Amino acid sequence: MLNFLLEPFTLGFMRRALAGCLALSIAAPPLGVFLVLRRMSLMSDVLQHGVLPGIAIGAIFAGLSVWAMGIGGVVAGLAVAVVAGWLARRTGGREDSQLAGMYLLALAAGVALISSQHSLDLTHLLFGNVLAVDDTALFGMAGVATITLPVLALIWRPLVLESLDPGFMAATSGKGGLWHLIFLVLVVLCVVSGFVALGTLMSVGLMMLPAIAARHWSDSLAGQVRVSVLLACLSSVGGLILSYNVDIPAGPAIVLTAGGLWLLSLVAGPRASLWRQAMPHA
Amino acid sequence: MGAVITLEDVELRHGGRVILSGLSGTVDTGSLTALIGPNGSGKTTLLRAIAGLHPLAGGRIDRHGVSSADTALLAQGSHLDRSFPITCRDVVALAATRVGAFRSIGRGRMAATSAALDRVGLAGMESRPIQALSAGQFQRVLFARTIVQDAKLILLDEPFTAVDTATTQLLLSVVHDWHAQGRTVIAVLHDMDLVREHFPHTMMLTGQTAQWDAGLQAA
Ligand SMILES: Nc1ncnc2c1ncn2[C@@H]1O[C@H](COP(=O)(O)OP(=O)(O)O)[C@@H](O)[C@H]1O
Ligand SMILES: [Mg+2]
Repeated sequence: MLNFLLEPFTLGFMRRALAGCLALSIAAPPLGVFLVLRRMSLMSDVLQHGVLPGIAIGAIFAGLSVWAMGIGGVVAGLAVAVVAGWLARRTGGREDSQLAGMYLLALAAGVALISSQHSLDLTHLLFGNVLAVDDTALFGMAGVATITLPVLALIWRPLVLESLDPGFMAATSGKGGLWHLIFLVLVVLCVVSGFVALGTLMSVGLMMLPAIAARHWSDSLAGQVRVSVLLACLSSVGGLILSYNVDIPAGPAIVLTAGGLWLLSLVAGPRASLWRQAMPHA
Repeated sequence: MGAVITLEDVELRHGGRVILSGLSGTVDTGSLTALIGPNGSGKTTLLRAIAGLHPLAGGRIDRHGVSSADTALLAQGSHLDRSFPITCRDVVALAATRVGAFRSIGRGRMAATSAALDRVGLAGMESRPIQALSAGQFQRVLFARTIVQDAKLILLDEPFTAVDTATTQLLLSVVHDWHAQGRTVIAVLHDMDLVREHFPHTMMLTGQTAQWDAGLQAA
């Protein structure tokens, strides 16, 4: 049993993947909590598909360099985030079919670009490949986590106010858009930095699933953030062990673990769970 | 008493449609004014224009040096997300005067927050999540938030809609406090009995323009 749990991490690349995923597990879920609270969950869909063409273009120009693909992904991610935000505002946020149209287009373009390059493996880009987690990829994840946490702490109060009451924010300071943009940059950085280990389609899962699950554990924002980080760390460790022992890619393994924890929270968590609704006074 | 707001031939539009035009007049410093008129007559739009949040299609509004930091607008059907996981205390403290993004919410501001919640009858409910409030309690929180904004010019858009009589009486006493402190208050109201009893001045929007202090003598 102990062997089953520890053996994966005797390998260097597994230890690098673990360190990187734990770093992202601390940085990304708090952003996910804000995305959920701002009813921007769909934005994470748009991003996970939107970064793909950027990564492909980076690879076409500079080969299989993690840096080039990462920069391409960040640029593409920011572009789709800004366009999606503009579309949502133009329609008052009620119209999500345009967002769906955008990410379908981005996904198709990304897959087409990648398929035209024989050096690129589509499955690895979409779902991750722990074998490819070299020092650069690890520093990418750790670096993004190192930037995200202090910046999030700095913009915490205006971000809370802007999420809680955008009308009041606009009336009293008028800088709501700036905080929102900084927040989006952090989200894009976290999504892109996880792509080597987790894949572009799966790295959003580590951000969103623990955040969605956290609502069933705490009524306070700080509580939800703490729970989401804890659940993400558990998912990273559990998912990597699963990936090694069952031989499935790390991205889906981690997201499956996070999804399992979410279902458990939905059914049996202390707040607003199915169990609570069935027995309100238990 | 000087003017705090002077309207000169103001025109307001939504899209291309003219809502109000040729609007002129003054609101005196420290005055208490009810803004009345039928639904859709442009009361919300005018209040937002006075707060500097709606562009003028023509004319000008002179705020006589009262900055946006000195103006508090309690919006109609506030955009505040009532499912957000936050306590009454934090909603009010976030608005405490000039806290900004980084300045610490020190002991003085926390005391002001508690005092404001006490004033609106929410003592002991500081730690309650806003999700768990009734409509009346929620409106009290918004009044407490307006108190800590410590503004010279206070704009209230239908503050007593969907609020019971007891709460209305309590919140009206807060409005009278503000008036006694020399702050200028403009409130959008529909209850004419309440206007006659509590508001020395009125501004009535009719058609595309305004009538000042109309119909008061008839009371
Ligand atoms: N966002 C908007 N876009 C277009 N027209 C609007 C908008 N908001 C209000 N209006 C129109 O402007 C007019 C004045 O609205 P409003 O200021 O809200 O009136 P009141 O507050 O007196 O009920 C109404 O006829 C309304 O239909
Ligand atoms: Mg109105």
